[in-house]
Amino acid sequence: MTLQKVKGTPVALEGDRAVAEAMRQMNPDVVAAYPITPQTEIVMRFSDFVASGEVETEFIPVESEHASMSACIGACAAGGRVQTASAGAGIALMWEVLWVASGSRLPIVMHVVNRSLSAPLNIHCDHSDSMGMRDAGWVQLYDEDVQEAYDNAIQAVRIAEHPDVLLPTIHALDGFILGHSVERVELLPDEAVQEFIGTYTPVHPLLDVDHPVTYGPMDLQDYFFEHKRQQAEAMVHALDVVAQVGGEFGELTGRSHGLVEGYRLEDADYVTVALGSTVGTIKTAVDLMRDQGVRAGLLKIRCFRPFPAAAVAQALASKKAIAVLDRSLSFGAQVNPLYLEVIASLYTHGFAPKAVNYAYGLGGRDTVPAQICEIYQELIRIDSEGITGPVLRYLAVRD
Amino acid sequence: MDNITEIRWHGRGGQGAVTASEILAEAALEEGKYFQAFPDYGPERMGAPIRAYTRISDSPIRQHCQVTEPDAVVVLDPTLVGVVDFTDGIKEDGVLVVNTVATPTELRKQLRFNHGKVFTVDATRIALDTIGRNIPNTPMIGALLKAIGVVSKEGVREEIRKRMEARVGKEIAQANIKAFERAYNEVSEA
Amino acid sequence: MVRDPSSAISISSLLKIKGWREIPIGGIITDAGNSQEYETGGWRSFRPIWDDSKCNNCKVCWVYCPDGSIRVRDGVVAGIDLNHCKGCGICAKECLQGAIEMVEESTAEEKVKR
Repeated sequence: MTLQKVKGTPVALEGDRAVAEAMRQMNPDVVAAYPITPQTEIVMRFSDFVASGEVETEFIPVESEHASMSACIGACAAGGRVQTASAGAGIALMWEVLWVASGSRLPIVMHVVNRSLSAPLNIHCDHSDSMGMRDAGWVQLYDEDVQEAYDNAIQAVRIAEHPDVLLPTIHALDGFILGHSVERVELLPDEAVQEFIGTYTPVHPLLDVDHPVTYGPMDLQDYFFEHKRQQAEAMVHALDVVAQVGGEFGELTGRSHGLVEGYRLEDADYVTVALGSTVGTIKTAVDLMRDQGVRAGLLKIRCFRPFPAAAVAQALASKKAIAVLDRSLSFGAQVNPLYLEVIASLYTHGFAPKAVNYAYGLGGRDTVPAQICEIYQELIRIDSEGITGPVLRYLAVRD
Repeated sequence: MDNITEIRWHGRGGQGAVTASEILAEAALEEGKYFQAFPDYGPERMGAPIRAYTRISDSPIRQHCQVTEPDAVVVLDPTLVGVVDFTDGIKEDGVLVVNTVATPTELRKQLRFNHGKVFTVDATRIALDTIGRNIPNTPMIGALLKAIGVVSKEGVREEIRKRMEARVGKEIAQANIKAFERAYNEVSEA
Repeated sequence: MVRDPSSAISISSLLKIKGWREIPIGGIITDAGNSQEYETGGWRSFRPIWDDSKCNNCKVCWVYCPDGSIRVRDGVVAGIDLNHCKGCGICAKECLQGAIEMVEESTAEEKVKR
């Protein structure tokens, strides 16, 4: 595809509305969704577009998130381009069908607005929902700001539908922090979005009655494993596809994002690793530390599934001390999801720099640059004294 | 560090604090600036104390956290005085803008707030006089702009007009603009 | 014909079983109606015997058969597909004329027109 840089229109939009706008421009065939704070604005705004005729989407207001994902599966298997959105407990409610979507190799796109999982009941941001589904076989991108929420929503469609991938895909934006935050967003013209995502050509649509197929048949001990092996292979391909689509989008907009990004990383001694909106906050802290003469840096993870192990290992191998920030807990594990991925990446490539895990921001707990600066101070100490004390620390939790 | 103006709004659900925050953001957009405008909800119901934040800057804003050291604090509801500690974190040279019948000097004494600048205006009365309803957000935006000219007054007036006309019609939009102008002129400082 | 997967057979000796690169993704079955190739007749412990002299072609048996094993040609019942019939006995139970009788598979004699 030859891409010319297209002029965007800057607007003030909150994350949820920016996603709804991207959906409007993409005009999917079917959206089956159920509202849940803090995703509700997406579905609300999009249903306005449906009502006013600005999209031709068949909108199915279902009775639960389990139903929404089930309807998406049916519609996608039928041959439609299908999207939905959810958050927190909504994602948890659709858990079993998430696996059906990926196992059936359906390129559904879900816009996730990160929200914690109850109990106790909390409507605010953390990553327990998307991390809770990390093994479900969905591609996962994380948005740093509202612009990325818009950009990734569009790219997700290309990634999911790529013939070497054919996996359902999420991009996640932090609930309230991005979802309800108005930021400056550059929107592409409608035609540019349409051209970028192209026409969806499903491989085995159920509605093609001249080539009848069956979806979701039974698999016994003799073939189930082989089908799962295929899925794993698709995830490997997705690494290249995410990078490639990111590059193409960059040609179109001037905003290019790949699997990971470094901020003042190359010559850094002390590095934090994070994903989501807190990445932006960390950048401010890195600058503060650099002003004080500390060689601080940041590794941002944009693509969590598939995990870019080689890139992460290469980026962190020679660092003096590393802090990996997790916005969810993996109860009972010694450490948490992102840390586990980082450590595995390093280990399998033969590296073992000093690295600690910080759990932060659960239930919408605010994280400010000053707290990140404290983490860098701790990394300096770890560099000279080693990791004394637990590997897992809890940021800003009152004892 | 980048030159960012950080504003914290205090009000109760339904008084338009979030809208005020967004109007400022849209005015900033028109001036080619970068901005963030976001709410801080507790229990989501009318009358519950809420906060909203606005950040405005000439460069891209990267942090995604609450405003803890505001350059300006705007309090839309006089009943929050003594109930919510809205002076928390105000910068040394920051401004406090409060909807109250008290004078700035009286308010300083009541709050034991001794730095920065304090601005007061009876936005409730202005709102009732002009709009006919106790929704004090547009007059409070006027008062804020007198205190801290973070975006142009004309830009904000235009944003109020655009947004209100689209949602509630020309007449009420004009009433809001009147409220905005009155508060801008009537707010007093100490 | 698909071999019984629960018997212990080494992979290398199963010449017809395919690897993950050779099968459609997602378990999608791309040749429609290939359930015909999977012969389940060997699952029976009871066989339905159809007496066409008692049959009035009401086709209630055909409606109820869960396996599509009642053969119908030109609007009349033509027999039972013993390659697929699993011997559930529903046809015998539902037949209004008593034209179908279930007999033990091991001692059954072929009485049905194919």
